[in-house]
Amino acid sequence: MDELVYGLYIIAVALFIYGLMGLTQPRTAVRGNKIAAAGMALAVVATLIEIRATSNWTLIIAGLVVGVALGIPPALRTKMTAIPQLVALFNGVGGGTVALIAWAEFLETDRFTGLDPAHGLVVPVVVASLLASIIGSISFWGSVVAFSKLQGLLPGRPISLGRLQQPVNILVLLAAVAVAVVIGVGAASTGVNPWWFPVILVVSGVLGLMVVLPIGGADMPVVISLLNALTGLSAAAAGLALNNVAMMVAGMIVGASGSILTKLMANAMNRSIPAIVAGGFGGGAAASQESTGDRTVRSTSAADVAIQLAYANQVIVVPGYGLAVAQAQLAVKDVAKLLESRGVEVKYAIHPVAGRMPGHMNVLLAEADVSYDAMKDMDDINGEFARTDVAMVIGANDVTNPAARTDPNSPIHGMPVLNVDEAKSVIVLKRSMSSGFAGIENQLFYEPQTSMLFGDAKKSVSDVMEQLKAL
Amino acid sequence: MESFLANIAILVLAGFVGFAVISKVPNTLHTPLMSGTNAIHGIVLLGALIVLGTVDDPGLLMQVICFVAIVFGTVNVVGGFVVTDRMLSMFKRKTPARSSDAEDR
Repeated sequence: MDELVYGLYIIAVALFIYGLMGLTQPRTAVRGNKIAAAGMALAVVATLIEIRATSNWTLIIAGLVVGVALGIPPALRTKMTAIPQLVALFNGVGGGTVALIAWAEFLETDRFTGLDPAHGLVVPVVVASLLASIIGSISFWGSVVAFSKLQGLLPGRPISLGRLQQPVNILVLLAAVAVAVVIGVGAASTGVNPWWFPVILVVSGVLGLMVVLPIGGADMPVVISLLNALTGLSAAAAGLALNNVAMMVAGMIVGASGSILTKLMANAMNRSIPAIVAGGFGGGAAASQESTGDRTVRSTSAADVAIQLAYANQVIVVPGYGLAVAQAQLAVKDVAKLLESRGVEVKYAIHPVAGRMPGHMNVLLAEADVSYDAMKDMDDINGEFARTDVAMVIGANDVTNPAARTDPNSPIHGMPVLNVDEAKSVIVLKRSMSSGFAGIENQLFYEPQTSMLFGDAKKSVSDVMEQLKAL
Repeated sequence: MESFLANIAILVLAGFVGFAVISKVPNTLHTPLMSGTNAIHGIVLLGALIVLGTVDDPGLLMQVICFVAIVFGTVNVVGGFVVTDRMLSMFKRKTPARSSDAEDR
């Protein structure tokens, strides 16, 4: 039977890899996800076969049923705008599972002293378990903070101890390693007090909180991706401890792919991963904010916007998270359709981190049936702003800030932005003059060619639509 | 020792597979991909099942730990795959929409 289980694991792992390959292309992505899910189902069935002789079936079935009942409703009902925090949450519970498995291993093997050397080396198993517990706990608590920040339960701005933050983080990390050493050394003799294990989980959890709390909301997508990769690595470590090939391979693949994705996202924001983890983004904002205090913005009306749009040759829509929050995708699409029927060319300029994650905005626009061809990446569209009559910025802020190019003192200096300010006319649809996710002022709003249309994005776009129809 | 080294070999190779598979992904698919890999690390559910499945007469603490671990792992797996599918289904719908848009022009 062991051979059967192992064989099923191999098939499952092959399905994961094949499914992931599918996920990298729009055409095959849906199928790829289903293939990976089938691989997961197979892996679970194989594991249930492996443990068929257990006396704990009731508890196992109950756990699976409760998990399905808790997992499916939010996955089906959560609005697309809230997807990033949902992914953070799903990632967190994965990390939590790893930490709990390591704890259970520790208890089951009589504080690691009951490990049988005949089943492989004891030392790597203990080390892998401790590693899994530390990373899993960091991932769980870090994800909880990321979720709370994105959900608005915690303020998006960095919460930190200032200069003390890094030394304190290092001390906490050292404390976690020290507890791990105590447990590891104890395992070589008669074991340690069983309460040492919750201690390692708590200390690592504190580390997870301390690392993510000082990170500003703008960097949160990168953090989620980083935590995703960490959970993968902890799963691989747990797999090594349990000598389970499916966990090792799947965990490692996620660890590797998550690292790449994290790097891609950090590159898109011109931030290095160490700088993000070191935290404090937006801390230098105060200085540049003061200098903009005496400038004024021009506000405009829906009728004026409609006229500008109707007589433009080319319009570029710059969607941001605000558009998604206001659920204005469909209204925007209707306006675009009407303009196109009058011979105006409409394109969408999508910043790599528009929304809250790379590709998030594409998902949201796709939901509103916007054509795939009309969505342009930053690099493709940036040259076009100069010959665009109207750039309509809807609920986007930091990704349009020209200060990133021009003001070396700006905290976001060097971040690739959309060159919206090069358009002949810029219309910004915004609820109020509040600053963006990064917590800094946007110079674009003070440019002479910029006018602001204040109000809820959806209502503003609908008003523009009415005016357009009347023209 | 040998099985340990074999496991390390598997880990190294799996890491390279992960790099190779992911390095060519259009920006558009980054969010679904993150969500998809997130679902795949739900494989930790196996660990929870194995630990509870191999222990005899678990004490109350052990039962609670393992139960919560299984619940968490299942949420990770099921929720992850369902939400990824939901995200991707929005891309699928686009093919007919695109062709009709082309006709409009």
